[in-house]
Amino acid sequence: MTIGGFKNHPYIPNSVEEVQKEMLKELGLDSLEDLHAEIPEELKLKSKLNLPEPFKSEYELRRNLEQTLEKNKTCKDYINFLGAGCWQHYVPAICDEINGRSEFLTAYAGEAYNDHGRFQALFEYESLVAELIDMDVVNVPTYDWAQAAATSIRMAARITNRKEALVVGTIDREKLLIIKNYCDPAVNIRLINYDKETGKMDLEDLKAKLSENTAAVYFENPSFLGFIEDQGQEISDMAHNAGAISIVGVDPSSLGVLAPPSHYGADIICGDLQPLGIHMNYGGGQSGFISTRDEEKFVMEFPSRLFGVAPTVKEGEYGFGDIAYDRTSFGNLREKGKEFVGTHTSLWAITAGVYLSLMGPKGMYELGQNIMQKSQYAIQELGKIKGVKGSRFNSINFKEFVVDFNDTGKTVEEINKELLKRGIFGGKDLSKDFPELGQCGLYCVTEIHLKEDIDKLVNSLREIIEG
Amino acid sequence: MHYLRLSQETLGADINVEIGQGTCTMKYNPKVNEYIARKPEMTELHPLQDESTVQGILEIMYKTDLCLREISGMDQFTFQPGGGSQAILTMASIVRKYHRERGEEEQRDEIITTVYSHPSDAAAPATKGYKVITIMADEEGYPDYEAFKNAVSERTAAFFVANPEDTGIFNSRIKEFTDLVRKAGGLNCYDQANANGLLGITRAKEAGFDMCFFNLHKTFAAPHGCGGPGGGALGVTKELIDYLPKPIVGYKDGKYFLNYDLDKSIGKVRLFNGVPQTVLKAYAWIMSLGAEGLYEVAKVAALNNNYLFKKLLEHKGVDVPYRRDIQRVEQVRYTLEKLTQDTGITSGDIQRRVMDFGMHYWTSHHPYYVPEPITLEPTETPSKADLDEYINTLHHIFDEAYENPEIIKKAPHRSTIHQVDESSFDDPEKWAPTWRVYLRKTKED
Repeated sequence: MTIGGFKNHPYIPNSVEEVQKEMLKELGLDSLEDLHAEIPEELKLKSKLNLPEPFKSEYELRRNLEQTLEKNKTCKDYINFLGAGCWQHYVPAICDEINGRSEFLTAYAGEAYNDHGRFQALFEYESLVAELIDMDVVNVPTYDWAQAAATSIRMAARITNRKEALVVGTIDREKLLIIKNYCDPAVNIRLINYDKETGKMDLEDLKAKLSENTAAVYFENPSFLGFIEDQGQEISDMAHNAGAISIVGVDPSSLGVLAPPSHYGADIICGDLQPLGIHMNYGGGQSGFISTRDEEKFVMEFPSRLFGVAPTVKEGEYGFGDIAYDRTSFGNLREKGKEFVGTHTSLWAITAGVYLSLMGPKGMYELGQNIMQKSQYAIQELGKIKGVKGSRFNSINFKEFVVDFNDTGKTVEEINKELLKRGIFGGKDLSKDFPELGQCGLYCVTEIHLKEDIDKLVNSLREIIEG
Repeated sequence: MHYLRLSQETLGADINVEIGQGTCTMKYNPKVNEYIARKPEMTELHPLQDESTVQGILEIMYKTDLCLREISGMDQFTFQPGGGSQAILTMASIVRKYHRERGEEEQRDEIITTVYSHPSDAAAPATKGYKVITIMADEEGYPDYEAFKNAVSERTAAFFVANPEDTGIFNSRIKEFTDLVRKAGGLNCYDQANANGLLGITRAKEAGFDMCFFNLHKTFAAPHGCGGPGGGALGVTKELIDYLPKPIVGYKDGKYFLNYDLDKSIGKVRLFNGVPQTVLKAYAWIMSLGAEGLYEVAKVAALNNNYLFKKLLEHKGVDVPYRRDIQRVEQVRYTLEKLTQDTGITSGDIQRRVMDFGMHYWTSHHPYYVPEPITLEPTETPSKADLDEYINTLHHIFDEAYENPEIIKKAPHRSTIHQVDESSFDDPEKWAPTWRVYLRKTKED
């Protein structure tokens, strides 16, 4: 097959024919067709690919794609109350400035010398998250919270040599699907019941399900449904008494005001970095961290890379490198390494480091306080609407809460459609994932919501429900 | 200021002749693609928004799917995997579910891969509970066909392979391999991390594969971001569509939608819909080139690579494992074994020295089946002048190895830092994975 080619393309400097001729001559070849000689004729395509005609200029590309994207309605155009694993927080300009730096954006897998800055930035992220959660070891993050939770469970199963994990009953059903797939067939996943009034874990059920097969107990704070699980220490104690490991998933944006899980018995902590300065990106901003104490039995079970600090040959100077590299599938072990490692979400780790450096402990406290106040205000005001319970559970919430519409005579789907007409994204409809709750929506309020935004939601809902 | 300085101490692909990171396809990441992807119409979308409000991004995902179907011959893509390794894990999950549905899960407990396929082709199936059989290379560098034939049996669940492998050698008998697996009842899974030299030349379907994946952050010019977020676009034949993770993007009656109607789905591998901003960048790249442009990419990637291959071998210290007289596709794994024997300088030493010239190279995955390896992949991005600069630099350093080895042993000389004392990294008593641990351990000392 001979194709005329696509000459002088800016992305292909050597598409210039004169240069190609010179290089081909060097190789003793006559034309580009003489390349790919090792590919058998029967496997070669006989005609060109049937793809759309490309745009003729950068201008046309940009115009077309921008017009396509403008069909979207964004959380800038609408007031957004969706959370459920991806949250709209304020992204400080410095976060985009740093992760947009060409040096970071286009780096990949260089060594400790040419990529010193990358190693240090990732080490700093590890160290900052370690401070936030008061733990010792933090990984170069994996894909998302769900993967982090799944790997935490697999780590626990290897440490305990057991094959069952007990998982909090209020977990996000999407996250549960990921965990189940990732743990199949190595670890069996069982859900623990929750108290229908408080949402908290049913400790009797936990007790009944703990056994000598239990590798880990996994719960979250704040829970997927927004309430704070205040039985953390009891749950961890019960897990430990059964010889199991306590794993806690946490939203890092809560840790300026809430105690970190390491203070109530967590052995492994995981969560998502997306709240820390990363845009939602239609779900493309997720990034999962895993953390443990600095004990060999834990550290050696991480599949992820761990960047450590060490002195150089010059006194007073620091360098960085991989800790216990051989435990990974990149080490000498391939399939005998711990799970696998590849391209995950390092740019988001660097971004989270920038965010935490900017915020500091005081900034994280103010963030948490701001979110607590606004979400409590929203719960209170929503509760004043006829037939609406601002919070389905009688527990304290952080950032998210379950709004109960059961007594309104309307479904969440109907309500959300009406809200959409008024420029509002209502909370996630829980009726499919948690049918026992009936018509409830999971609402999210963060620091980006002004009082007028919450008031607009309340007024709109009143209009929709009360007529 | 601090982070700007750290960025300056990072050798991004944009600021060097990035030929050295073989297997990773470090091509130019078009600025216009990044510009578009950073607009609020992309960044400020919540993944659970009503479908009517995300028609733009769904349209782009759907159209990218159509392009990748044509490029690979597969019938449906998912963009859920966040990178190549997660795509391999997804393939292994589909393999398990497929055999479970057919009542052969217990019987088919082995997967076969090759020694020069990515470590994740062994590690991710092992994570899914499979016993891994690794086929070594024969004398010519191809996966050993006889050994492969002996390995395939009624216990074979699937074959996971890259082609070309990381040596840059294309296994021209690949169809015989996939036919054997198919006849034995297994599935063929194609790691297309090394697809850049094959665009518009040859496809997964014709080679007999049931599934394949592309790294959007490699072949399709989305940036690598220091190691993600990337994108592992996974395609399957129509027989396997129902097994894909939910949801996939559909189109009906003039509207794009998320299709959850997949009977045998493995469930999910990544929250929400993968990494959509990466899909957008890949689409922008495909639409900047079209069919003829992709073909030119493959041809020029192969031209650049074989030019580099010929020129580098002109130095006495460098060689390749296996035959010199066959073309490599888009990359080459070289060996400095002779240079090391002659001078005592290793590939790792030279790697540190290359940094002094503002460049970089990667050795190989571990373990080093090729002694003293270097793996180079020029892609279509560098000009001839860039290639010549890179070749001249390596030749200069190889000469130094023979004439002035001390300068290499003490390298780097122009890095931010001097040689790191790596002795603590494997010592639980001394390693310091965070600053607080470092302070605690050094204080105790």
